[in-house]
Amino acid sequence: MTKDLLTLGNKTFSSRLLTGTGKFASKTLIAPMLEASGSEIITVALRRVDPTADQGNILSHIPDSVTLLPNTSGARTADEAVRIARIAREAGCGDFIKIEVITDMQYLMPDNYETLKASRILAKEGFIVLPYVMPDLTITQQLYDAGAAAVMPLGSPIGSNRGLEMKSMIERIIEISKLPVVVDAGIGRPSQAAEAMEMGADAVLVNTAIATSGDPALAGKAFAMAVMAGRMAFCANLAGKNHLAAASSPLTGFLGE
Amino acid sequence: MKINLNGKLVETHCRSLMDLVEKQGLNPTSLIAEYNFEVVKQELWSHLHIKDKDNIELLSFVGGG
Repeated sequence: MTKDLLTLGNKTFSSRLLTGTGKFASKTLIAPMLEASGSEIITVALRRVDPTADQGNILSHIPDSVTLLPNTSGARTADEAVRIARIAREAGCGDFIKIEVITDMQYLMPDNYETLKASRILAKEGFIVLPYVMPDLTITQQLYDAGAAAVMPLGSPIGSNRGLEMKSMIERIIEISKLPVVVDAGIGRPSQAAEAMEMGADAVLVNTAIATSGDPALAGKAFAMAVMAGRMAFCANLAGKNHLAAASSPLTGFLGE
Repeated sequence: MKINLNGKLVETHCRSLMDLVEKQGLNPTSLIAEYNFEVVKQELWSHLHIKDKDNIELLSFVGGG
């Protein structure tokens, strides 16, 4: 197999597992997780400082070789997402931005309309735009037209560990998308990550399942291996399912006809 | 004078942005400052004089997915 790289914007990656920095019991668990998983892209969030909270710098726990993917979490409108993206870039975080615009606080479902508006503006400003969206075919095409670098449909609600509840829509998106498809949110187990990759997703983003496990480095490695296995299976072009049995051994009797 | 600091109206006598950061007991190394909706580089904080009604956001990167 020739080198199978993931291209997002102007960068290529050999790992197809994107990770996040949320929910770790300690920031010191992040670097060992990155090392064990080989993940080359990791998300961070931007917030107002709380003088009473821990002032440790999350960025100091991320090696320089790993691409930072700041998210626009907390944004309720396209304008807020644009503002966060510009601040993150000015602060030296690079051009990658995960657009996340959420007004639904119960299920944390993304607002596709505001996300598309922010994507248009930020792509024009030279950002490498990775929008987190509700799986939908129209938005997939519109994000391509808007100049996004990928489409990131959710598998199931953020942090729910419920896997690919949106499976059939994600399959349709993979069929029609001209952009890389990164399944983001809800992937709770390596088998679910492998399933997404077998379907032909270009990458997956996993945060909660790794960060909240008892051993994030080990979980990160398990997810990385599942992503690789799923990707290889997709590239190998596995045969389809059959209703009836199809013998693997010759159907003749042992000694007879 | 009164400024809008991280969304709250506060009374301050700090003259520069750096004074304000220090007065808040914040470590400047991991801090991002937005002054009237524009990010200001850290080397300019000591030279940036705060005026009445300024809008200042002090931000930092945190864990997120």
